[in-house]
Amino acid sequence: MHQILSKEVLAPDVVRFWIEGPHIARKRKPGQFVIIRISEDGERIPLTIADVDKRRGAISIIVQGVGKSTRQLNLMVEGDAILDLAGPLGRPTALHPDRTVCCIGGGIGTAVVYPIACGFKALHGNVTAIIGGRTKDFVILEQELRAVADQVIVTTDDGSYGEKGLVTDALRTLIAAGTQFDEVVAVGPLPMMRAVVEVTRPLNIPTTVSLNPVMVDGTGMCGGCRVSVDGEQKFVCVDGPEFNGLLVDFEELGARLRAYREQEQEALKVYTEHQACRAQTT
Amino acid sequence: MAKKIIQKTKHPMPLQDPHERARNFDEVALGYTVDTAVLEAQRCIQCKNEPCVAGCPVEIDIRKFIQQVADRNLEGAFHTLLERNVLPAVCGRVCPQEEQCEVKCTLGIKNEPVAIGRLERFVADHAALAKFTDDTPPAPPTGHKVAVVGSGPAGLTVAADLAKMGHGVTIFEALHKAGGVLVYGIPEFRLPKAIVEREINGLKHLGVEIKVNHVIGQTFTVDELFTELGYEAVFIGTGAGLPTFPKIPGINLIGVYSANEYLTRSNLMKAYQFPISDTPTIRGKHVAVIGGGNTAMDAVRTSLRLGAEHAYLIYRRTRKEMPARVEEVEHAEEEGVQIMMLAAPTAVLADEKSRVRAIRCIRMELGEPDASGRRSPVPQKGSEFDLEVDTVVFAIGQGANPLIRNTTPDLPVNKWGNVLADDDTGATQKAGVFAGGDIVTGGATVISAMGAGRKAARAIDTYLRNPSVDGYSPTDI
Repeated sequence: MHQILSKEVLAPDVVRFWIEGPHIARKRKPGQFVIIRISEDGERIPLTIADVDKRRGAISIIVQGVGKSTRQLNLMVEGDAILDLAGPLGRPTALHPDRTVCCIGGGIGTAVVYPIACGFKALHGNVTAIIGGRTKDFVILEQELRAVADQVIVTTDDGSYGEKGLVTDALRTLIAAGTQFDEVVAVGPLPMMRAVVEVTRPLNIPTTVSLNPVMVDGTGMCGGCRVSVDGEQKFVCVDGPEFNGLLVDFEELGARLRAYREQEQEALKVYTEHQACRAQTT
Repeated sequence: MAKKIIQKTKHPMPLQDPHERARNFDEVALGYTVDTAVLEAQRCIQCKNEPCVAGCPVEIDIRKFIQQVADRNLEGAFHTLLERNVLPAVCGRVCPQEEQCEVKCTLGIKNEPVAIGRLERFVADHAALAKFTDDTPPAPPTGHKVAVVGSGPAGLTVAADLAKMGHGVTIFEALHKAGGVLVYGIPEFRLPKAIVEREINGLKHLGVEIKVNHVIGQTFTVDELFTELGYEAVFIGTGAGLPTFPKIPGINLIGVYSANEYLTRSNLMKAYQFPISDTPTIRGKHVAVIGGGNTAMDAVRTSLRLGAEHAYLIYRRTRKEMPARVEEVEHAEEEGVQIMMLAAPTAVLADEKSRVRAIRCIRMELGEPDASGRRSPVPQKGSEFDLEVDTVVFAIGQGANPLIRNTTPDLPVNKWGNVLADDDTGATQKAGVFAGGDIVTGGATVISAMGAGRKAARAIDTYLRNPSVDGYSPTDI
């Protein structure tokens, strides 16, 4: 059992937890993830390790409540215990020293991009962060990124904060102004990662994306998280989660992400009805 | 004394009705009663040369335990099993006895052999009901510490044996539940999970510590088990653990699974209870499972229980070449599985939503024998046909999981990634590291993995007492 040391709400339905996990905190490198299970009947939920505190032996994860499991997780509070926590899983980010890098986070993807930005910075990189959200409320980790990055640009779809527009608009502006990036890292919703790749492809800028497919065991055993990269089969859990974005078959990945859409909605419906009942009786 | 008249056939195993059981996850075989078990045990002629024992990879004193059952000394029989086998209820269910102990039975020359497997299962189940316990006094602690990676059949056996010798043993399991393939792979209807748990609890009583959620190669490397955690020897029993897919179009469509994923969702994650359990699975109406082994049988029979109206098993050779146990094939057919022999998939076809709509197959005929001695299937030109299905499961063998190999560069592996280990001792070329089970041999059986665990335990014991004897002999490989 792994105790929740603290919890804070970062955005609507987006929560940051610090969880006890000394072995994982000690070993984890940027880009890696954990698998969490919160109840005996629970699913195995893969979540990026957003940060670690080696002194306290703790890791932080940032969770967006989308389906039943993540909503249930987000109801947990400080002092509660996570039933199962396994990691660190996946390959670490391929970090290179002295790079000029643009780290782009869309929505919850910022939680994945943040440790990567820290990793490049620790190797004396020049780091630009572009982070986007639908509105001001959905922009997360801005202060944290400002503490590590050389430059932080915030975009919102509605212009309620930062620049109005998409993260790709900000990327185009930077490139047009003459910034030469050695590498772009993009993490966020699939359409966003695709859009970034469409900007970088004609310019031949190496572009890394971090993928979050349907996953079960997270140890290479089941192959459920397979993706096609340059026509080759890769398992995201052991070969990834980061890949060359210019070579990922996003179309196929998008379809596979919808494999359980109906069941997910059914589970969520049963869960929300149950929650509503409980709210009435208490 | 008058010559004993021996019943020629085994006492049949009572089974759930095929139509009923094809729709539930309860165990298919119901087990012998005490009286049937005693009668079956009395069929044993107690022959002096006891060839059955030589057929058992873990060397159970079969003649002795059967005599004890015949004498209604069930507690004694249980202790006889435990001396050699920590998982009797598991082995009684999943061992291919027909190729091991029973094939050698003297009675089997003219009649059916003694139902050794059914008796083993009976004794173990009866022991649980009667609450018999293992009363062997523990060996004095030696002070040595051994790490076992993986809690499948190989790891459990090596751990139990070492604990009985007085060594401190910790098992590291990557998943949230111990048991390896016994919990994620073999379905409830063939091996109830409560039984696996019961036998694993027996190990805990021996003092074995089990740490779940520890992914060796990630949480700790093999080297860190020595340097940071202070283990003196490491046994790697991580299993096969990497699914393979054929190189044909359409394998990434929605509704295409590896047998590992299909079975893990249903068994370990209890997807058949969705939405009570949170992990979903696709409940296909028309399901094709590709393969001819026990895993393929488990998958196709699972599909029926998940509600399939048509469950097809597609195999490129004929029934004679199927690696699955005859009993499993028969059970599958009784339940309504349609076996399509001499066919192999060439493509999985999609609907407009990237879901499986059909599987395209080609007819095969048997040609010359291949390296395995089996006649190899040859595609018949122009014989393609489409079978309308919504779910496809590939059970065509496994590769070696890369996690340990990637982080242990000085552990030699073969070209398929399987760890190179001495046949007789499990010793690898890396000092203090032993290995056994599917990670060494590629996909095999529960009992062969247990046999490898038994041999490795002896070698590890020797190594701990004298680390200069590493048991690795390159000529054996």
